[in-house]
Amino acid sequence: MKTFPMGGVHPSENKLSGAKPIEVLPLPDVVTIPLAQHIGAPAVAKVAKGDKVLTGQLLAEAASFMSANIHAPISGTVTAVDLQPNGQGLRQMMITIKREGDEWAESIDRSETLVRECALSAQEIIARIKDAGIVGMGGATFPTHVKLSIPPGKKAECVIINGVECEPYLTSDHRTMLEHGEELVVGVTILMKAVGVSKAYIGIENNKPDAIAHLRGIVRNYPGIEVVPLQVKYPQGGEKQLIAAVTGRQVPPPPALPIDVGAVVCNASTTYAVYRAVQKRMPLIERVVTVTGKKLKNPRNLLTRMGTPITTLLEAAGGLPDGDCKVLNGGPMMGRAMVQLASPVTKGCSGITVLSGRDAVRRTAQQCIKCAKCVSACPMGLEPYFLSKMTQKKNWDEIESRMITSCIECGSCQATCPAYLPLLDWIRLGKQTVMGRIRARAAAAKK
Amino acid sequence: MQVLLYTILTLCALGILAAVVLYFVAQKFRVEEDPRIDEVEKMLPGANCGGCGFAGCRGMADALVKRDDISELFCPVGGGDCMKAIAAYLGKAAAEKQPEVATVRCGGTCEKRPRTNDYNGVRSCAVASSLYVGETACAFGCLGFGDCVVACAFDAIHINPATGLPEVDPEKCTACGACVKACPRMIIELRKKWPKNRAVYVSCVSKDKGAAVMKACKAGCIGCGKCEKVCAFGAITVENNLAYIDPQKCKLCRKCVNECPTGAIRLVGMDPLPREPKAPAAPKTAPAAQTATPAAAKEPVKEAPKAAAAVKPEAPKAVEASESKQTAAPVEKS
Amino acid sequence: MANKLIVAPAPHVQTTQSTASIMRDVVIALIPALVVSTVVFGANVLRVVALSVAACVAFEYLIQRFLVRGPLTVNNGSAVVTGLLLAFNLPATIPWWIVLIGAFVAIAVAKMTFGGLGKNPFNPALVGRVFLLVAYPVQMTTFPMPVTGGAFDALSGATPLAAVKHGAAADVLGAQDLLLGNMPGSLGEVAAVALLCGFVYLLWRRVITWHIPVTVLATMALFAFVCALSSGEGGALLWQLPLFHVLAGGAILGAVFMATDYSTSPMTVRGGVIFAVGIGVITMLIRLWGAYPEGMSFAILIMNACVPLINKYVKPKRFGVK
Repeated sequence: MKTFPMGGVHPSENKLSGAKPIEVLPLPDVVTIPLAQHIGAPAVAKVAKGDKVLTGQLLAEAASFMSANIHAPISGTVTAVDLQPNGQGLRQMMITIKREGDEWAESIDRSETLVRECALSAQEIIARIKDAGIVGMGGATFPTHVKLSIPPGKKAECVIINGVECEPYLTSDHRTMLEHGEELVVGVTILMKAVGVSKAYIGIENNKPDAIAHLRGIVRNYPGIEVVPLQVKYPQGGEKQLIAAVTGRQVPPPPALPIDVGAVVCNASTTYAVYRAVQKRMPLIERVVTVTGKKLKNPRNLLTRMGTPITTLLEAAGGLPDGDCKVLNGGPMMGRAMVQLASPVTKGCSGITVLSGRDAVRRTAQQCIKCAKCVSACPMGLEPYFLSKMTQKKNWDEIESRMITSCIECGSCQATCPAYLPLLDWIRLGKQTVMGRIRARAAAAKK
Repeated sequence: MQVLLYTILTLCALGILAAVVLYFVAQKFRVEEDPRIDEVEKMLPGANCGGCGFAGCRGMADALVKRDDISELFCPVGGGDCMKAIAAYLGKAAAEKQPEVATVRCGGTCEKRPRTNDYNGVRSCAVASSLYVGETACAFGCLGFGDCVVACAFDAIHINPATGLPEVDPEKCTACGACVKACPRMIIELRKKWPKNRAVYVSCVSKDKGAAVMKACKAGCIGCGKCEKVCAFGAITVENNLAYIDPQKCKLCRKCVNECPTGAIRLVGMDPLPREPKAPAAPKTAPAAQTATPAAAKEPVKEAPKAAAAVKPEAPKAVEASESKQTAAPVEKS
Repeated sequence: MANKLIVAPAPHVQTTQSTASIMRDVVIALIPALVVSTVVFGANVLRVVALSVAACVAFEYLIQRFLVRGPLTVNNGSAVVTGLLLAFNLPATIPWWIVLIGAFVAIAVAKMTFGGLGKNPFNPALVGRVFLLVAYPVQMTTFPMPVTGGAFDALSGATPLAAVKHGAAADVLGAQDLLLGNMPGSLGEVAAVALLCGFVYLLWRRVITWHIPVTVLATMALFAFVCALSSGEGGALLWQLPLFHVLAGGAILGAVFMATDYSTSPMTVRGGVIFAVGIGVITMLIRLWGAYPEGMSFAILIMNACVPLINKYVKPKRFGVK
């Protein structure tokens, strides 16, 4: 069984909602749409207070190449374009829409019929993806059209579809693969055409045998696409880990990108969204969100419009449990804890995980016993104990030379530490500081 | 006996040989260094705090000796006297700088700013700040994890457990600026140090709109601009929903303090003006305007007619007295 | 909202292991050897072990409570492990006061002076043992005979290694006796099978990896094989000598339980292999040409001293770097 070459951990999977089919959440009455839902420049609002909008209508336009369009998830009236707190309580520009009926923009094909053939050229495909505002839906929210635009001098050799879903608890990709497998595979052919390759792999961890079997059955009719079962190990869903697991090639340290080893990686849900964008002209206005947690009455997978308040999703899953708890945007390994539950679902929100009781509180950190478990757990071959210590000592040169910028912030080190040290808290800070110093040096060199 | 003798002789020979070798090595590898660097280093306070921008006092001393123009170098710990002494020793012109003190511009105490969540990560402001808004709903205010306390080399700043906010000991603070750099929210500012540690400043850095500020904190600046209007010296500006008192223009007249609806303007080391409607505000402008610097003097002129209209000739004497005392004080000290 | 939200940076998952559980696992892994030792040498074993453990825990508690005045971490069980390992390095007939001195040196000198658990550069139990070996050579090398009696009256209390050192052939004891602990020696070194059971348990519980113990033993075996080969021997001795050196003395105890001590072994797998090869070679050098019959403790301590250097220069294989 294939997997990535070094490190990794295996936290309890807790896939509570794996067997629950995707259900459609009723349309929300009010949505708030942040202008920054992706990596890169925030989109520029094209509507103002009082405007009427249709579902699927463009709300905000990509500010630059490295940005993404944003569309109206419901029809109604724009009631505000102002600063609203996001999940972390920080204020961001958001567009608030009050729902009136359910009227759609005309260009969108809302039928369920499968459209296999795609006559568009690579440029046209990428343009449609850009128009639809597709970004990586696994959590990184990297604009997909940027990923598919192969820089000059580089050549793509294969497309890798990320169906790993290595985060504990989350099941949205799993359900999408099961319930929209056929569309997903058509999406893969579209991606292959967009980047001009004839080989694609769909990497799926071995804890989803139903998805592996289902997709294997489908890809038989599609030449060049192969389903690759992978050993269950976190962080296999990390782009670099997945490429290494599937192709055996390791992406060199930053600033190298996956394309340097000829790979274009795309998340499973994103691939489905690509299918819908290209074949149905459906912008990215809804996604599957796993609402899960051991104490939730009804963990489930909900097809949710963007901008729906998190509280609505939590209520649909039976409400927050009693007592203090931690509500995460994402899974427990990389998800961000939220303080504002009225904040909206965004393009990168693959799940809402509710940790309660003992799971919600960190255990008290103790002295490092130099067990070196963090070193063996690091999938990037770094020395987390050292990076963490040197960050606290502000020894920036040392951590830069020990390649802190390679850190993918997967949290394996901290999750495996028997002394419960907050390794990644510090490493993240050190990485930010070192990146800032590198940028400052580059800026100084330009001058 | 012979053994003893041989031993001693051998050791002596070895010692002499080593001494000769060391002597020649020392000659050969001697680094020529300006002896004045040592002298200047001795004159510096030796805190090695980095407040001057150099790694330590030695670096500063090196720069002071080697650079022709030292007007941009300043040791905040040693202050003006120290710089003057060094400049005199080196025969160069020293930078003039008024004494400053670190000032924490956040008034969001535990009772004024309710906690909305429990932070469970590393107790570091830098880490918490890059993660989220903090334990309260204010995205600008003090996080209270004490990065400034850790940064301070002089034991001059401490978190007050009652308020959850850092407090500066003005006697210990050397204005080295380490806490200013350490604070990820840029709450701490080096402000002009008045005699007797008096101060008036806006104890808030929130750029949120008034309504958002009020929701998060009862002591925040809501950007209403009342203080800006009442200030006779043009020392207060309101930008991005936030008032700022320019310490160079402020005369400690304290009118703004009474004007502020949320109490965001903090007064230290002085009694507030009595809260009489309008009356006490007027008389102060006159004496203050006289002692004002030329730059600041322009502003009161505009205000003068308005002020004059409100003036009652028999203004409270006590206020005037205390005011003149304050303005006189800096002269006495310096 | 009535209930408060808790916020922390990711990850939000912590391992089920803890320092205390790791120490507990090490203790469990040592129990088979303790049982064998008790069977071989009698109840004296329990007396020495109990005293050593109690003394180590007490010294650590007293130092933390009254000298360091830091947080008390004695309940994480690391002192228990040190006490057990120290006892395993002593003969069963050792006077009680020597045990106390050993425990004091191990905890007070080798561990707490450096800042306690995780900061000590040298394995505390081994420092204690080596100190006693140098200070009380007679008591430390007077080994009782197994109570079961047995095949080797002729050895009269010398360990097999010492016997070989003084001219006996390497097959003085059969591999079976060595495996089952039917020989004189210190408490923990006599039962290879029991120690190997502990090794398997530690591997299963993911407390240690196989790299260091296997490399140490393999290096020793290889070294012995080459020696046997170069001395012109042939036939049975070619495999007898390596087997003897791996099974006799504290080789397995040292390789599995002492060389893998977290804070005194390198942080990377590659570093660990270098460290282990060093231990194997130095052990064999001392055993074959040194003054002592047994070299494991010295070898581990010498290599402990190299660990900071190894940590500095041996970095893990970075992802994406050729």
